[in-house]
Amino acid sequence: MAYLELDRVAKQFGAQTVVDDFSLSVGKGEFISFLGPSGCGKTTTLQMIAGFLDPTRGAIRLESRDLAAIPPARRGLGIVFQSYALFPHMTAAENVAFGLEMRKVPRGERAERVRAALAMVGLAGYEDRHPRRMSGGQQQRVALARALVIKPNVLLLDEPLSNLDAKLREEMQIELRQIQRTIGTTTILVTHDQNEAMSLSDRIVVMSQGRIEQIGTPQETYEKPASAFVSQFLGKTNDFPGTIDRVVSPTQLVAGSWRAPAPAGLGGQVTVSVRPERIGFGETGLSAKIITRVFQGNHWLFQCDSECGPAIVIRQNDGKPQPAEGDAVRLTWRPEDMSVRAGASA
Amino acid sequence: MSMAADERNGRAPWALAAPALMLFVGVLLIPLAMTVMLSFHDWGQYKGIEPVFILKNWREIATDPYYAEMFGRTFRIAILTTLLTALLGAPEAYILNRMDGRWKSFFLLIILGPLLISVVARTLGWALLFGGNNGLVNKLLMSAGVIRFPIPFMFTETGMVIALAHVMMPFMVLSVWAALQRLDPQIENAAMSLGAGPITTIRRIIMPQIMPGVLSGAIIVFSLSASAFATPAIIGGRRLKVAATLAYDEFLNTLNWPLGAAVATLLLVALVLIVVGSNALIERRYAEVFR
Repeated sequence: MAYLELDRVAKQFGAQTVVDDFSLSVGKGEFISFLGPSGCGKTTTLQMIAGFLDPTRGAIRLESRDLAAIPPARRGLGIVFQSYALFPHMTAAENVAFGLEMRKVPRGERAERVRAALAMVGLAGYEDRHPRRMSGGQQQRVALARALVIKPNVLLLDEPLSNLDAKLREEMQIELRQIQRTIGTTTILVTHDQNEAMSLSDRIVVMSQGRIEQIGTPQETYEKPASAFVSQFLGKTNDFPGTIDRVVSPTQLVAGSWRAPAPAGLGGQVTVSVRPERIGFGETGLSAKIITRVFQGNHWLFQCDSECGPAIVIRQNDGKPQPAEGDAVRLTWRPEDMSVRAGASA
Repeated sequence: MSMAADERNGRAPWALAAPALMLFVGVLLIPLAMTVMLSFHDWGQYKGIEPVFILKNWREIATDPYYAEMFGRTFRIAILTTLLTALLGAPEAYILNRMDGRWKSFFLLIILGPLLISVVARTLGWALLFGGNNGLVNKLLMSAGVIRFPIPFMFTETGMVIALAHVMMPFMVLSVWAALQRLDPQIENAAMSLGAGPITTIRRIIMPQIMPGVLSGAIIVFSLSASAFATPAIIGGRRLKVAATLAYDEFLNTLNWPLGAAVATLLLVALVLIVVGSNALIERRYAEVFR
């Protein structure tokens, strides 16, 4: 039974369709990410859930209740904004207490819950600081505490980590996941960072130009991308043009000098998509020449010029000798490590 | 070597600032010092100005209740004008800030309008609107049933405050506007998502953040209103004098320059004290918002 449901939601600004035909059911306690490049409509969708924008078409339901008639102030959602939008004239504790005040929580209970919320995000002792005297990471935590203290039905996170530096972002990701697991709040995260989406979410909604490209677990979207866009957007990938050869029996999938039994249901021109870390160097396979070899500590990155165009290969640094720049190699992969789409690659 | 560099670095700012500094000293500080000196000179109907050092003018201002009344009126008008501009200007700036691009620039032009028109022409316009019992404003109010008898606007403090508030409005609106620009664009959404209604949001979240803008606007409006000349001269007439018109009359009608200089100096000193004092108060009170 869906907890939060978006039913064919669309949003138009004038003639421009920003979100189109967006359907999604979110289970209680689930962590969902809207992932896509800027301008794909992910923030617009989030704002419609929050109630700051009205959908042009479609319905948004929370526990089967239509949200259309409920103003944002009454939806009971917790939101962390990209800019945090903390109240600069209030201390951290006053910021966190604001939502409880609006809910007329008695003073004693309020103080207790504010203290607990700040402690949960690791800011015990910062109660009397003003936001502008805090670091970006600390402000982020105050914003999170402010959104969580009201025990929201759904927690909406609008690119909350994009203003933090890389190391802090990683720490916050882990912390965010732990907090969300502990309190079990249904969460929707908007992000353009695929690593963030993959490490945090139960399911990812990949969006492009206002439409859903794929909904799936991080593994599904990474391993079995539903479209060229998804495979390109989620990590690096190699797209090789291939053909289905029906002359031989059984039919074979051919890409350059690489061949394998053809998957069922496809014919003619196809695109073979393989992740760089799934390609190995072997005796047979796609013939290629190594252009550059980059050492990156725990792995090697090879850029190759193959008979099917440029290819990237990532090999674990397992201590074994690796081919050098200029070497002729054969690229090979297991059939289960590729995804095959009909049509020539873009 | 480094000492020479330090020396050169030490002199460079002075050298670069010298032209502006000379202009500042020449056209502001020297005349100001001369005015202050003048206020200690003696004056007589037949002997004219005598360059001596006496406290006669200052004693006269301190003891004669006439001057207390003048300064009281000046600051009363300035305070009322400031309140009126704050009460109207702050909401005006807030509404303006939420408007669409095209309407925003149109209404901004209307608000800036008073600054584009000569102060005399604009004030004479108000005189026409106010003028006597048959003034347009009184006729309108009476026909709308708001008042039964015409309100005297001309030669009253009410009229002065209204006309001054009109011309001072842009300063307040622009000052609040600047404070609104510093607001996080999501801040109202944040307040709403936490359960605050529109009125609570304005009262608890927006108001405290634009208060520094209102107060700095108030300082500008107050000091300009207290030293305004044309509007009090035309709307107030000869009878209802304020500090600025009083100084003018002493200089040009009575020809008692030393007394006029003392009035002008007192006005200046009072304004500087009020502005500097309130500025310090505001900065201390709103330290967190200003950061």
